[in-house]
Formats: sequence, C-alpha cells, structure tokens
Amino acid sequence: MSTRIDIFEDDFDAGAEIAALKAQAGGAGAIATFTGYVRGEANLKALTLEHYPAMTAREIARHVAEAKRRWPLLGVRVIHRVGRLVPGAQIVFVAVASAHRAAAFDACAFIMDYLKVHAPFWKQEEYDDGVRWVDAKASDDDAAAKWKR
Amino acid sequence: MKLLYFAWVRQKIGRSEEMLSPSSQIATVRDLAEALKARGGGYAEAFGDLSRLRAAVNQDHVALDTPVSPDDEVAFFPPVTGG
Repeated sequence: MSTRIDIFEDDFDAGAEIAALKAQAGGAGAIATFTGYVRGEANLKALTLEHYPAMTAREIARHVAEAKRRWPLLGVRVIHRVGRLVPGAQIVFVAVASAHRAAAFDACAFIMDYLKVHAPFWKQEEYDDGVRWVDAKASDDDAAAKWKR
Repeated sequence: MKLLYFAWVRQKIGRSEEMLSPSSQIATVRDLAEALKARGGGYAEAFGDLSRLRAAVNQDHVALDTPVSPDDEVAFFPPVTGG
C-alpha cells in the first residue's frame, strides 16, 4: 500500500493528488477524499497553524497504519498545511483508495477524526483587533471516540 | 532533558525550547510541570492549570503520571486543534 504524508506551507492541487494516488493504488475501485478549508467566519482575517514537526507526520502515520489494519486499503494520501492561511484556503486533505467505497469512506473519516484529536497542530485566529488561540472542541473527542473498539 | 513548548504555552513562557538538567526529585511529567510552575512568571501562568495542558515524551502523547528521564524530549502544549 502506498502512503504519503506531507506537512508544508504551500497550497496543493487536490485533483492532481487524486490522480497520483489512483496511479499508485493499482486496482482501486474507489477513492474517498476529504478537503478542509478555512471557514469564512465574520471578521476572521486569517488562521495561523503551528505544529510539532518531529511528532506530526509520525502521529498521522500511526493512524494511517491503524486504518490499514481495519480496512483493506490500497493507498492513502494526507496533506496538512501550516503557516498563515486566509478564509477559503485549503488546510487539510485526506484521500483513501480501496477496492470498494465503504472501506474508502470509513477509513477517510477515521483518519480525519483521529488527526483532529491527536495530530499536534494548533490554530491561532487573527482578527482586526488581535489574535486568539482556538480551543479544542469536545465534539471532536466524541467523533474520534466513536471509532474505539 | 530537552523541553519544547507550543501555542499559548510557548507564548506565556516566551520561548519555544530549552535544555534542563532535572533534579533527582523529578520522576514524572507532572513533577516536571510542577517544578517549571514554581519558577513563577510566565511559567506559573503556563502551568497554572495542568488540566488545560497536554504532554508528549519523545514524540508520543502521554499522561502526566508518565516517568521521565534526563535524555527525554518532553513537550507541553494545549489540546490540539488541527484539521
């Protein structure tokens, strides 16, 4: 199974990533993707994301390995951007290839739910009158907890 | 021991990393957090409420009761907010 995980500042082309994953994941009958964007909330000028470089890719790789253990996957691509991002910008991309759709959908949601509560990223919101750190949400813990077994 | 701080923990302390020779009294992540809190100033603010903090030892998430040793890399940060 091909797994590629990148954390960087640059934007990415989701279509090109899907095509690359399809080329690597021979025999895939399904690719499920998730793309997260900076929400255009009132007065929000930008988000700045920082992370723990030595830990981030490793933590995501651990969750991808767990997804592979649970579902018959043919390939996984994860991209997470860091740095300053304006509303509408892409932040995160997860694409999962499998023979059939159920495994692709479920594994994509699983990787995203685990990334939200375990991958060491932090968001700071920037407004006209200052900045504030985003608080973690209990609903994200609940989303990850539903995969426990 | 290498210490790393992220997000508002980093901002309150005013630095992103530092080296520490831990005293023999420091056996766990919680002991380390309490020793840092006792330095006062930004440290006291950052470590004032340990329920708001998370920690990693050698790049793995850990509970506060996890043992630490002098060669470890210990990171303190708020609950994560990526994705």
